[in-house]
Amino acid sequence: MTINQISIFLENKYGKLSEILELLANANIRIVATTVADTSEYGILRIIVSDTQKAFSILKEHNVSANLTEVLAIVTQSSAGSFAHTLNCFTKAGISIEYMYCFSTIDKAIMVLRTNNQESAREVIRRQNLDYVTENDLARI
Amino acid sequence: MYWQEELETMSRENLKKLQLERLKKTVEAAAHAPFYKKVFEERGITADSIQSLEDLQKIPFTTKQDLRDNYPFGLVAIPLQKCVRLHSSSGTTGNPTVVLHSQKDLDEWANQVARCMYMVGLRDTDVFQNTSGYGMFTGGLGFQYGAERLGALTVPAAAGNTKRQIKFITDFGTTCLHIIPSYATRLAEVMYEMGIDPRRDTKLHTVCIGAEPHSEEQRRRIEQLLGVKAYNCFGMSEMNGPGVAFECKEQNGLHIWEDNVIVEIIDPVTLEPLPEGEVGEMVLTTLNREAMPLLRYRTRDLTCILPGDCPCGRTHKRLARFKGRSDDMIILKGVNIFPIQIEKILMNFKELGSDYLITIETVGNSDEMLIEVELSDLFTDDYSVLQRLTKEITRQLKDELLLTPRIRLVAKGSLPTGEGKAVRVKDLRKLC
Repeated sequence: MTINQISIFLENKYGKLSEILELLANANIRIVATTVADTSEYGILRIIVSDTQKAFSILKEHNVSANLTEVLAIVTQSSAGSFAHTLNCFTKAGISIEYMYCFSTIDKAIMVLRTNNQESAREVIRRQNLDYVTENDLARI
Repeated sequence: MYWQEELETMSRENLKKLQLERLKKTVEAAAHAPFYKKVFEERGITADSIQSLEDLQKIPFTTKQDLRDNYPFGLVAIPLQKCVRLHSSSGTTGNPTVVLHSQKDLDEWANQVARCMYMVGLRDTDVFQNTSGYGMFTGGLGFQYGAERLGALTVPAAAGNTKRQIKFITDFGTTCLHIIPSYATRLAEVMYEMGIDPRRDTKLHTVCIGAEPHSEEQRRRIEQLLGVKAYNCFGMSEMNGPGVAFECKEQNGLHIWEDNVIVEIIDPVTLEPLPEGEVGEMVLTTLNREAMPLLRYRTRDLTCILPGDCPCGRTHKRLARFKGRSDDMIILKGVNIFPIQIEKILMNFKELGSDYLITIETVGNSDEMLIEVELSDLFTDDYSVLQRLTKEITRQLKDELLLTPRIRLVAKGSLPTGEGKAVRVKDLRKLC
């Protein structure tokens, strides 16, 4: 029900982001989704990739500060109101969203969520019968 | 012209005679301190060993570590009952260095500071405001007693609170400040921001700047901003504090009072004496202190003796502007900092790796410390964790160093490791 996101510490320095992406490109790893949040001095690069374990070990080999974080990837319709509807399910269950990023294809959209209570969030997904992405799906997306 | 003309302009020959006479007494007195008693016994040194100034070479160096190892009273040569004051260094790592004074020591010290102040033109008609921290820091009480001895109206404003400092300067008609150089420019800036032109709206004519390395350019800038003459002063708590050496009106080198100390410049590696004009580590021997005489104390400060006579008529040798340290001590805002103090704290954080880089730089008119630290493998996805980490490191360092460094977290492996020994400190301040 959950997938692993790779979070990478990124200094606010020219060329740093390119450096990391290059590493993954050279290993033929596809980036499914990504987001960068930044402060004035550093940022956190968050990525979902086609082969998480491989990507993670390559980063570690190159001494990159990175960790794996469990996130939810929920599949919705790519239509007006579908994000709002999905989020509302969590809000009603008293769950807060720590961060979220989304991407959509022509008919489907995927929301990557990190909540303050992953256990309850999984329960919400089961109860509401929400569609989600598994680790195995990632290679095919 | 002179506070003590006879002493200040004494011929070199007579000065050396005076030094020898006082050195003999000092060695005799030092033998009463447990530390020197042991050193003398091991080396077979007695007061009779000193027949000429050259015989000083028979005595081994004393180091800061000796002071720490014999903390607190192992170098005290008189009964504690006869001691009336204690000062200690700012560092909080391990044992601080402690210096004790008898009443006579304090009188001599005050006189020495008064001599310096008189030399730069200060008189009993002046209003002297001391912006030094008081307490254990010698720049506070040291200047206080010296200024009072001179007879100046003395304002013990102590450190900080810039607006209040400015109010005192304007309300009390302050004519002279004792101030660290980076704070002098800051003070001037705030005055201009408040619409006060110190050159027109205050009576300031002199500042004594010290406790922090600074360049000639910085001095000129302070002089221009405040409309004053700025004089470089040197002191260290092991040698009482302020007043050890001070510039005269020529502003070309600091006269070191040789009736109070013997100055040697040595090669910090070979420990051999260096001739005038060559830069090396300054080694000082007290000649006029009874509670805690120090023999051949390695100051770790790098300077040289300026050859030639000073047009001011004083015969005491002049030291060049200080060029840095022969150890890794950083002097910032009057605070002495050893990188090891920082390292000890950083290494307690499991979130951090073992590499760090301390950069001292001039930001605007103020000298700041930036510490870059590498993260360890325990990286988190959570921003608030990183922010809390930065805050906690800052807080612990502030407690240790007594000033607030800026902390920047950097990725593993991103700091330069250099060849061999890692570079830990980069001092980008412009000196000399």
